[in-house]
Amino acid sequence: MKLALRELCGYRAGDKGDIANVAIFADDDETYSLIAREVTSERVKEHFGSMVQGRVDRYEVPNVRALNFVLYGALGGGGPRSLRSDSLGKTLGGALVRLEIDVPASLAGRRRARPDLEWADAILDLIVPNTRAERRP
Amino acid sequence: MPDGSVVVAGGQGFYGDTPTAVDALLEEGIDYLCLEALAELTLAILQKDRQRDEARGYTRDLPAYLARALPYVVDGRTKVITNAGGINPTAAAHAAIESARQLGLPGITVATVVGDDVLGRLDRLREHEGQSFAHLDTGAAFETFPGPPLFASAYLGARPIAEALAQGADIVITGRVADASLFLAPIAHEHGWAWDDWDRLAAGIVVGHLLECSGQSIGGNYSGDWWALPHPWDLPYPIATVDDDGTAVISKPARAGGRVSTDTLRHQLLYEVHDPARYLAPDVVADFTSVAFEDMPGDRVRISRVRGTAATDTYKLLLSAHAGWSGETRVAFSWPDAYEKAKATAAIFVKRVEMAGLPVDEWCVEYWGVNALGGPTVPPLADGSCEPPECVLRVAWRCTDQRTAGLVGRELVPLTLSAPPAGLTGAGRGPASATELLSIWPTLIDKAVVDSEVRVVLETVS
Repeated sequence: MKLALRELCGYRAGDKGDIANVAIFADDDETYSLIAREVTSERVKEHFGSMVQGRVDRYEVPNVRALNFVLYGALGGGGPRSLRSDSLGKTLGGALVRLEIDVPASLAGRRRARPDLEWADAILDLIVPNTRAERRP
Repeated sequence: MPDGSVVVAGGQGFYGDTPTAVDALLEEGIDYLCLEALAELTLAILQKDRQRDEARGYTRDLPAYLARALPYVVDGRTKVITNAGGINPTAAAHAAIESARQLGLPGITVATVVGDDVLGRLDRLREHEGQSFAHLDTGAAFETFPGPPLFASAYLGARPIAEALAQGADIVITGRVADASLFLAPIAHEHGWAWDDWDRLAAGIVVGHLLECSGQSIGGNYSGDWWALPHPWDLPYPIATVDDDGTAVISKPARAGGRVSTDTLRHQLLYEVHDPARYLAPDVVADFTSVAFEDMPGDRVRISRVRGTAATDTYKLLLSAHAGWSGETRVAFSWPDAYEKAKATAAIFVKRVEMAGLPVDEWCVEYWGVNALGGPTVPPLADGSCEPPECVLRVAWRCTDQRTAGLVGRELVPLTLSAPPAGLTGAGRGPASATELLSIWPTLIDKAVVDSEVRVVLETVS
């Protein structure tokens, strides 16, 4: 059974020069063991393809149930030099959790909650009336 | 410090952050307001500023922050520490003193830390002091450095700030001091920590790292249930109460917005980190894998058990060089075939630039709404079944000279009436003029050759 990391992990990405780091965070020990086994630096390197020119290093951070990936040559030369929209790699966390991994039956039904934007609709309804239904898929 | 702990707050996370956020921190009662103003990108922005005006080169929102903080500083309720000096801390200190004068607040002592800027002695350091300045990430020799260096800033540590505080400074303004060290400095100063007390210094660095990005530790850029954070339009910024043994409680002002939890904090713990077991601060090598987090009631998290080892003999040094000029443009396309229209327009545009004889050194073609951000991680568009309802084409280019970079964008304009259908529908057309690009070159420099030139200059507002 395949499941995207999106259902299993939180994420955050940052930049240093032309190097990006992406951390993913598991919520429990079973999930942490699973991602530690499945999400290798080789798989992450393959997943990002041409977006990452250099190597990928992986670090385990068991005290916060996280894996930290360091992506070399990932930012088009680094923030002040890059032509990319996301010159600082802020969105690479979202790109990583698109990766699908094999999960055991015990985790196959895992889903992370989806956004509930009642408060945003309440604000936006005041400036763009009658579009609440249109904004909801 | 009623109970022997020191209270520090992260009032700024970048140049451009909102000064209004410090009001709640100041009202809460904090010993130190730390304002972190410098990213790698910021130094590049400040360099462009200084090229236009020698009196610039610091973050210009400093007076706006000080206007809010100075009434608390003059009462002795809080002190301010900031690296807003950028690549011109002396000019920033002048601006700070002028702010105090204009507000009619004499008696405040402003300290300036200088010596991080080694631009003027790079050649001497290489030829006579044995500094190679090889690229930290690629190992490339300095001989391949692309052009004259525009700035050269060493990431200083906490000690000169602590020294300034010991000399009675109320406001400390620095250039490139490492983000987390801005916070370690007052903590180590107040508790009298030794500069080889590695575990405590590491604890101070962890606190600093958690606070240095303002809202990002209490719900900003949070990948959890971000939509459920209360009052996301009014995120207060983080506070740490640090005991002498290095144990700290991270909290936020007692108002509605944001959340402090182990989950929000662990996101920040690994932000911009390489090896978490060896986080190289100027003052200590901190082991982020040693940190214990404990959720407490009322948006508070206790952090403890931080371990550290001896600091290295080098500082990080960031060099920069001119890297050409860029321009960009954006065009929106509608269904049907939005992506294909965008792609065709990109090709037509590139061809027209070529026909106009305008040399472009590098192109970047992105399809917003398709894969501009996700690149190859996005599954390819297989057939019409997953056709995007709309698509914004973004094209960016790099040219050797500014004029060419500006002319390239004009080759898109005729496509208003002469391109695939329904283009140029007002997605914004990008900046009107070319932007200077700067390459950055991280390297290392021996601490000894930097420290010998570091000075703390104090001036009391008359």
